[in-house]
Amino acid sequence: MSLLEIDNLSIGYSGIEAVRSVSLRVEAGEIATVIGPNGAGKTTLLGAIMGILPSTGSIRLNGESLTGTDIEHRVERGMSLVAESRELFTTMTVAENLRLGGFRLRAQGQAALQRGMDENYALFPRLAERRTQLAGTLSGGERQMLAMARALMARPRLLMLDEPSLGLAPLIVRDIFRTVAALRASGVAILLVEQNARAALAISDHAVVLEMGRITLAGKSADLAANPRIVEMYLGAGR
Amino acid sequence: MIRFWPVLVIIAAFGLPWLPGLPLFWVTLGNEIGIAAIVATGLVILTGIGGMTSFAQASFMGFGAYATAILSTRYGVSPWLGLPAALLASGIAALAIGAITLRLRAHYLALGTLAWSVSLYYLFGTLDLVGRNDGISSIPPLQLAGVKFVDVRQSFTLIALALLASLWASRNLLDSRWGRAIRALRGGSVAAASFGVNIAAARMLAFVYAAVLAGLAGWLFAHLQRAVNPTPFGLNASIEYLLMTVIGGAAQLPGALLGAGLVVIVNDRLQDWLPLLLGHAGNFEVIVFGLLLVLVLQFAPSGLWPLIARRTAATRHTIGTIALPKRATPAPGPALEVSGLRKRFGGLVAVADLTFSLSAREIIGLIGPNGAGKSTSFNLLTGVTKPDAGTVRLAGRDVTGLSAPAMARLGVARSFQHVKLAASMSVIENVVLGAHLRGNASPIAGVFRQDRAEEAALFGEAMRQLERVGLAELADRPATSLALGQQRIVEIARALCLDPSLLLLDEPAAGLRHAEKQALAELLRKLAAEGMAILLVEHDMEFVMNLAARLVVMDFGTRIAEGPPAEVRRNPAVIEAYLGSAA
Amino acid sequence: MDLSILLILLQDGIVNGAVYALVALCLVLVFAVTRIILIPQGEFVSFAALTYAVLDTGVAPASLYLLCGLGAAAFLRSCWTRRGSELLWLALETLILPAIVTLITIWLAPLHLGVAVQAILAIAITAPLAPYLYRLAYQPLAEASVLVLLIASVGAHLALGGIGLLVFGPEGSRGPAFTSAIFHLGDQTISGQSLWIVALTAASLTGLYLFFEFTLLGAALRATAVNRLGARLVGIRTSQSGLIAFTLAGLLGALSGVLIAPLTTIYYDGGFLIGLKGFVAAIIGALASTPIAVVAALGVGVVESFSSFWASAFKEVIVFTLIIPVLLWRSLRHQTTEDEE
Repeated sequence: MSLLEIDNLSIGYSGIEAVRSVSLRVEAGEIATVIGPNGAGKTTLLGAIMGILPSTGSIRLNGESLTGTDIEHRVERGMSLVAESRELFTTMTVAENLRLGGFRLRAQGQAALQRGMDENYALFPRLAERRTQLAGTLSGGERQMLAMARALMARPRLLMLDEPSLGLAPLIVRDIFRTVAALRASGVAILLVEQNARAALAISDHAVVLEMGRITLAGKSADLAANPRIVEMYLGAGR
Repeated sequence: MIRFWPVLVIIAAFGLPWLPGLPLFWVTLGNEIGIAAIVATGLVILTGIGGMTSFAQASFMGFGAYATAILSTRYGVSPWLGLPAALLASGIAALAIGAITLRLRAHYLALGTLAWSVSLYYLFGTLDLVGRNDGISSIPPLQLAGVKFVDVRQSFTLIALALLASLWASRNLLDSRWGRAIRALRGGSVAAASFGVNIAAARMLAFVYAAVLAGLAGWLFAHLQRAVNPTPFGLNASIEYLLMTVIGGAAQLPGALLGAGLVVIVNDRLQDWLPLLLGHAGNFEVIVFGLLLVLVLQFAPSGLWPLIARRTAATRHTIGTIALPKRATPAPGPALEVSGLRKRFGGLVAVADLTFSLSAREIIGLIGPNGAGKSTSFNLLTGVTKPDAGTVRLAGRDVTGLSAPAMARLGVARSFQHVKLAASMSVIENVVLGAHLRGNASPIAGVFRQDRAEEAALFGEAMRQLERVGLAELADRPATSLALGQQRIVEIARALCLDPSLLLLDEPAAGLRHAEKQALAELLRKLAAEGMAILLVEHDMEFVMNLAARLVVMDFGTRIAEGPPAEVRRNPAVIEAYLGSAA
Repeated sequence: MDLSILLILLQDGIVNGAVYALVALCLVLVFAVTRIILIPQGEFVSFAALTYAVLDTGVAPASLYLLCGLGAAAFLRSCWTRRGSELLWLALETLILPAIVTLITIWLAPLHLGVAVQAILAIAITAPLAPYLYRLAYQPLAEASVLVLLIASVGAHLALGGIGLLVFGPEGSRGPAFTSAIFHLGDQTISGQSLWIVALTAASLTGLYLFFEFTLLGAALRATAVNRLGARLVGIRTSQSGLIAFTLAGLLGALSGVLIAPLTTIYYDGGFLIGLKGFVAAIIGALASTPIAVVAALGVGVVESFSSFWASAFKEVIVFTLIIPVLLWRSLRHQTTEDEE
């Protein structure tokens, strides 16, 4: 049994089917990635897995079916999503954002919450420096770090990252990807959606390629990285 | 059936009240319904169709009623002359109140009208001019050829004719050039503005029109009740009119009559039953109305009319054959020159020093990864957003910072990344909105049907553009019933109706099938050959690389490459922008 | 006008303004968390005031029927979407709680235990109406636009107004003052009741501040206000936040009713005007800023007391027309290009 099992997932809205019968697996402790060009349906796919968008098909986490459940239930069950738009609490401080990230574990008490915050400050030292600053005043890279740290505060079993490199300068992208790679060691499974195919393939174990709402390639990331079709797919060289 | 209903209603207006055996009481109720339905008809146009919620319709009714009451009691003016005075009073009041309130949007506007409603109620109750809380009594009845309209049966005829006239005028208005502008306000005002519609004017038109209808109802009310005081013009009355429209079905004219009928009849029954049931007198019917309003919103948000009537057939439009005058074919040369364009949102630089140019008869593609600033650039070029720095020149003329309607007037037409079609309108009605600037009929001409020749010509043009893009057979379908890809093509037809010299298309190929894409590419090539300049934002690389002569590649808000597709595809900076660098 | 009249008017304005501030605060709170413009807030005020006045006569108030009835209706409306343990909580909140409050009231009412007990009972009877109203009217519309929620609010106000007439009758009444003490400060007299009002308002404001700044639940409510999707993504249920916001609004609304009951004769529909005045203040704070709303509420109270001195006939006109320039100023500052909903 894989940690996340998705079978025949289809998502349609406004009369078009944005994602068509997608099946994929994420194993505990591994990084899986979904790559593909703009508009392929990657963000839609994550939205459906998190319960933001309605979908048909089956989504199972650790064997438990999540069909028909809402976002909050999926958070309770151990899913966290770092959305493409980050969805931070912009008028609240960095520390408050983190504290709320631990909302799921509120029953465990103040000490557990503090431990979680310390761990995340250690993982993202920049956030520790900015802990009293409002989230809305952070730079793009810091916002991405805060969004990831907030998601990690819930101690998820599955962390989903939507375009963590979007709009970030190359140096910061490198930092973010290093952190993602390091997270694997902590045991959390990661489902990464990326336009930056090279970086995503470099740090992940498995990958699928999503084009026009369908999976067109799947395999080990190292194999896909060597596949010449990838460049074509992005830049549309004659098909 | 549709053809004959006015005749039937006229017969009913004269005959119905004299029907043997009909209790007078029902005729009285009918009169109440009629007056309420006139106010509700205005609200359908304002709220249901125009999307502006007003809690002040009863106040506008008050302006009309007091105007005629004052003129006829103090100055002995004929009640018939009170009619134009009443319409004028409510219209001018709406113009004044609208001028300072209509800038507000959505719920702020609703709250603004609510505040007016409470204020005006107290004002009516305080001013000596309108008799304070006692109001004005002994208002003379209407007279025609010696007959006084004091009998409820005679009044019925008068009210029915007034209601009929209101419905007729409203239908005509909705089916005119300005009516379409009002219908596009809801969910499509950005698009409408991009085709030259003056949004503020369209909003004001709907607001004043609804108030004038309320004024008409006020005039009838004053002369039939023969006494006025502030109570029927207070907030609760305004809420009841809104309730009628919400219950009836806010977006359809018949819904106004249905809602008014239901509310008035239920109100009458409740006023009899509830005091018996509850053991004391009081206006307990508001409990039921309040609950009803909440329940309708929860269970039938578009009102009852759509549940009763199936979708009414699309309005038949006369498709004229006379061609509209066209813009002079642009001279070859630079159609669009952009230099140093820059836009910041807060701390984020969305577009930084973007420079490129586009000639007539040329197609170029603007591409780049997500968040590169393409859509912002589009909005800067079409006047939706104002740039912080840089210049935009159109056929040599500096147009930097012009508004969207001004750009439309200069021949810039566009489509939208997120399709913006008015859901309540058919395909052809959406398309004809693109030709808004090619007609000039006034709203009054529309109300009195004096715009038919122009309308036929506009619809003829819309039909020609629909034929051109291959969707002519879907012209009468509701716009949002089409597949998303087809809706994008409808947007192109709408853009062509403007007779543009510069066409900007935002992801036109998204959601299209292979054959449809080829047809679209063919059409765009033809348009370019005829002299148009075309700028495309597109994610479908295969489509854009085969179509565009040149590509401008953006990343981080700035141009990172420019050239023919084959060259751009090999450019390392472009490959890195799209695939990223290895971590 | 001399200084002493000025001071009297000022004192009057501040005392009324304090009550408007509590109302404004609730409106801001509820709007921020749920996007609902809570027109019925005024009804909570008048219902609490009238309940408090009835309790003073030693009789169990008819508003107990309202409490139990609205609770039962809320139970029915909410129960078909719930199961198991949630249902138990729901029953506790909507059925058991009103039953307990009713029994205690019937037991205590004839005993004339004094204003403090009566005030607490009045609040206990009125405050739960707010979360019940949320379950009945608003929760099923959670995804609707602000405008639809506003129309629903107007409907709820209409219904509650009629129910108020049914429950309390058309006659107005006045509740007993907390204290009959009067203090002298130079030429000025200050009533003990005025001090109570200002003190309890200040205490409520402080309590709310502490709740929102220093508790996780308070932070969760703020988070819901700032970013609904963001809140859901960390596991905060927006409907739960809504219930808490409404409960607070019910408590503070009931408190304002008990505070204002001794100052003026309240009628079943009198809360609406009080609510609207709080509302003018809330709008000045753009339905978002509590400090501005509180200051504005004091301002509304002062404007009202001065205009009732100079132009008493136009008192209400002046107060409500205040809102228009404020709305205008707001709309000019926030130019939007968005479409109508």
